[in-house]
Amino acid sequence: MTALRWLSDNAPIMAEYFLAHVWLSLVPLLLGLAIALPLGWAAHHFGFLYRPLVAGSALLYTLPSLALFVLLPQVLGTRMLDPVNIVCALTVYTVALLVRVVADGLAAVPEETARAADAMGYRPVQRWLLVELPVAVPVIAAGLRVASVSNVSLVSLGALLGVPQLGSLFTLGFQLGYLVPIAAGIVLCLLLAWLLDGLILAAARALTPWKRAETTA
Amino acid sequence: MIRFDRATKAYPDGTVAVDGLDLTAPTGKTTVLVGPSGCGKTTSLRMVNRLIEPTSGTVLLDGRDTAGLDTAELRRGIGYVIQNAGLFPHRTVADNIASVPRLLGWTRRTARDRALELLELVGLPAAYADRYPAQLSGGQQQRVGVARALAADPPVMLMDEPFSAVDPVVRARLQEEFLALQREIGKTILFVTHDIAEAVTLGDRIAVLRVGGELAQFAPPHELLTRPADDFVADFVGRDRGYRALDFAAPAALEVREENTVRLGASLEEARGAARDGWTLVVSDAHRPLGWIDVTAAGPGTAGPDPVGREHLVLGGTTARGAEGLRELLDAALSSPSGRGAVTDEAGVLTGTVTPEDVVGAITAARAEAAAQAAREPAGATTDRRSQAPAEETA
Repeated sequence: MTALRWLSDNAPIMAEYFLAHVWLSLVPLLLGLAIALPLGWAAHHFGFLYRPLVAGSALLYTLPSLALFVLLPQVLGTRMLDPVNIVCALTVYTVALLVRVVADGLAAVPEETARAADAMGYRPVQRWLLVELPVAVPVIAAGLRVASVSNVSLVSLGALLGVPQLGSLFTLGFQLGYLVPIAAGIVLCLLLAWLLDGLILAAARALTPWKRAETTA
Repeated sequence: MIRFDRATKAYPDGTVAVDGLDLTAPTGKTTVLVGPSGCGKTTSLRMVNRLIEPTSGTVLLDGRDTAGLDTAELRRGIGYVIQNAGLFPHRTVADNIASVPRLLGWTRRTARDRALELLELVGLPAAYADRYPAQLSGGQQQRVGVARALAADPPVMLMDEPFSAVDPVVRARLQEEFLALQREIGKTILFVTHDIAEAVTLGDRIAVLRVGGELAQFAPPHELLTRPADDFVADFVGRDRGYRALDFAAPAALEVREENTVRLGASLEEARGAARDGWTLVVSDAHRPLGWIDVTAAGPGTAGPDPVGREHLVLGGTTARGAEGLRELLDAALSSPSGRGAVTDEAGVLTGTVTPEDVVGAITAARAEAAAQAAREPAGATTDRRSQAPAEETA
């Protein structure tokens, strides 16, 4: 069986794995961002919360991923093969990476910009949504890019639990003693990481036309 | 009208930033808070829009206690300009200016039209509307800051050292434009600066604060310069206060002297013929003063028929525009290398020259006239060449 033959025979399953991998990395990224935004805000807004929140979230990142995958079904009451476990675990890691990023991004908003917003009559929520968050976008986007790559790589560990995605190609190759599926899995993972990174970069650029003005000024 | 009534700000560590401030900033006038660092001038300013809450006492806006108002709504009705402008870096110039109108619920279209109108008012081309703050110079950003504060046409403006971060040339121009703008719009302005010269230039009334947040003197600029309340004020107002007070003296009754001139390009021979005390004034074809030529030392070509060129000119003399401002006249006379200060009309065309003696004579005459007038009028009336209307508050 030649490599090309194997690849064309298995194209449909690889496409399925690829799509599953997209969802398993993207959903936790968005969930994690949604959770990290208020936590990062709290860490920035209430000085005394900064250390516990940032240190606490960093600690989450040190949890061994495999242990988390195995523990979560018991905590959540889900079945071992349920993809929800992976989504939850990766959301935890995304939050761990992003709380600090969001807090630091908000802290980087010039003080006079924030004070001007107050003095002009922005209410706290308006100030946050219309002034601070948009100004913090470049920092937050940089953090999201790191988290997205980290997620793509961590999702593949789910193969050890039997949740189908690109990581399944690694276990398959290992079982068959055959390199082609492993190589295909790596290439597809890299492709996905590159696509997600480009997507975030494009979104950040669209949200920050003023950043380009700064460099041409 | 902004009224501070025993307004005090003390911090838990015992520092008193503002100590029982009683002050009324009259409607339609510019009131300047001035003083050294730590005198509580910025704290006082921020108590008006409640960026800082007084620990005791009240701040009233047109008779209403600000403590009882919704902070966001209160602030939308007060223009605020700060050092470095504090523009939103992520918004275009037009969107920055339109910020408060948008908060007030104006449509996008109306807010933008208003922004373009204000851009013109502060002297920026409409092409700047879609640029970002980072693409503007400091002076331009400051103009946008003023436009943004004016956007919703608030009756009250707070300005916190708005011109301190730009270079002196730009600052002088912004101050000039500020005066012209304020003549047009007549806002109730509270203006903070540490620069007494700026205070005297811009203020209708000036409050001098001392460290510890205590009001040392509250008076119109002329009074502050001529009658400082105590040593602290006298010291703060500075050594050249007598000179600066000339800005507020009555217009001079001064005849300018005729001056022989030569045009640029005339021969040195002609220049020598026109000289008085060794100096001849050189003018442009439009008869604007350009500089003086020292005919006794006019360079290597002294004997020949060389034309008078720009390289022969001794610059350094200022010119007085109009023969009325005593300070400008004195400065022109003192700075001129020939000892004769050039005076022009409004268009910059030479009308003649004055000597320091002429100006000092006019100052003496003006002083005598003021004394005679003070004897006729009740005490307390002061001359202020910038305000035509009496300084009484209208609200």
